[in-house]
Amino acid sequence: MESHVVVIFPHPDDEAFGAAGTIAKFREQGVPVTYLCGTLGEMGRNMGNPIFATRESLPNFRKDELLAACEVLDVDLHMLGYRDKTLEFESRSKIAEHLLTYLEEIQPSLVITHYPGHAVHPDHDAFGAAAIEAVQRMEASKRPKVWAQAITNTRLEDLGQPDITLDITPYFEKKFETILAHQSQAAGVLGNMDPSLDKLADIVKNKLAKEQFYQWEF
Amino acid sequence: MEAIDVAIVQLKLDEFLNETVYIHIETTNGAYASHHNADVFNVGVFMRNASIRYTQAKIIGDQTGYRVGLKTDNGWVYAEGVREYEIDELDRLLLAGHDREGRLMVALQISRTPFKE
Repeated sequence: MESHVVVIFPHPDDEAFGAAGTIAKFREQGVPVTYLCGTLGEMGRNMGNPIFATRESLPNFRKDELLAACEVLDVDLHMLGYRDKTLEFESRSKIAEHLLTYLEEIQPSLVITHYPGHAVHPDHDAFGAAAIEAVQRMEASKRPKVWAQAITNTRLEDLGQPDITLDITPYFEKKFETILAHQSQAAGVLGNMDPSLDKLADIVKNKLAKEQFYQWEF
Repeated sequence: MEAIDVAIVQLKLDEFLNETVYIHIETTNGAYASHHNADVFNVGVFMRNASIRYTQAKIIGDQTGYRVGLKTDNGWVYAEGVREYEIDELDRLLLAGHDREGRLMVALQISRTPFKE
């Protein structure tokens, strides 16, 4: 049983699509979960469908959506204030140091983040790498486990089978509700996965029923 | 945002003539373009808070896509494919083009004050 789980992703909705079932499972067991969200997804392309946001109003909407999603998941949230698309250009060691301040205080038993180099979006790769560097800097005895999420199309051939596979069917409702909290993003992201399916719930059930992670070896 | 009304947008463009303004200009096909389709390459560019002064401005096109050209002292600013506009509460002109799913593909925005960093 975990004592505290810290989720480190760069964009509001990364937690919804990638780990909402896992988070819901931990919360059901009474495990505290803290989400360190890097940006407000300021540069997202999805403006709602039908469109309701502009490039300038999007961060405000996404902040509200993130708060709502964290309410659904019942997790603590810290918004770290970086800017979407720019994480890879910031100093990795400074970001790691920033993340470390939270990890030292929380002393989690598990950190969930993206698998650097296998997370498709440059922000995912950069933030995952910084998260792993932060954990690396901790004393070995205090170091939490790290579950890294890979989403490249070649992950299985490159990395082998994931170490952790969670069937999140029992938490499907929670996951779907979390995704829908990200109102400006849900339809666009899901539609993009398979435009021929118009029932979003079916897409989530079919495509997002499993959440998988690789355990990071230090 | 609303469908572009050329008369309104042209008037707004002219309002900023010969003033120092900040622009946000952007185009993207998304961070997942090649992830979803291996035949496609990711492309994108944005510039935020470039400070310019333009002496001539025109919007030309139709509802399938408008082009905007701003002539500056030593060059041009150009955007193609904008179809929606908004003049927001800070009196900024926001122009954008979206695909059929509501995803932003191109934007050109003009403001007298810097856009939020």
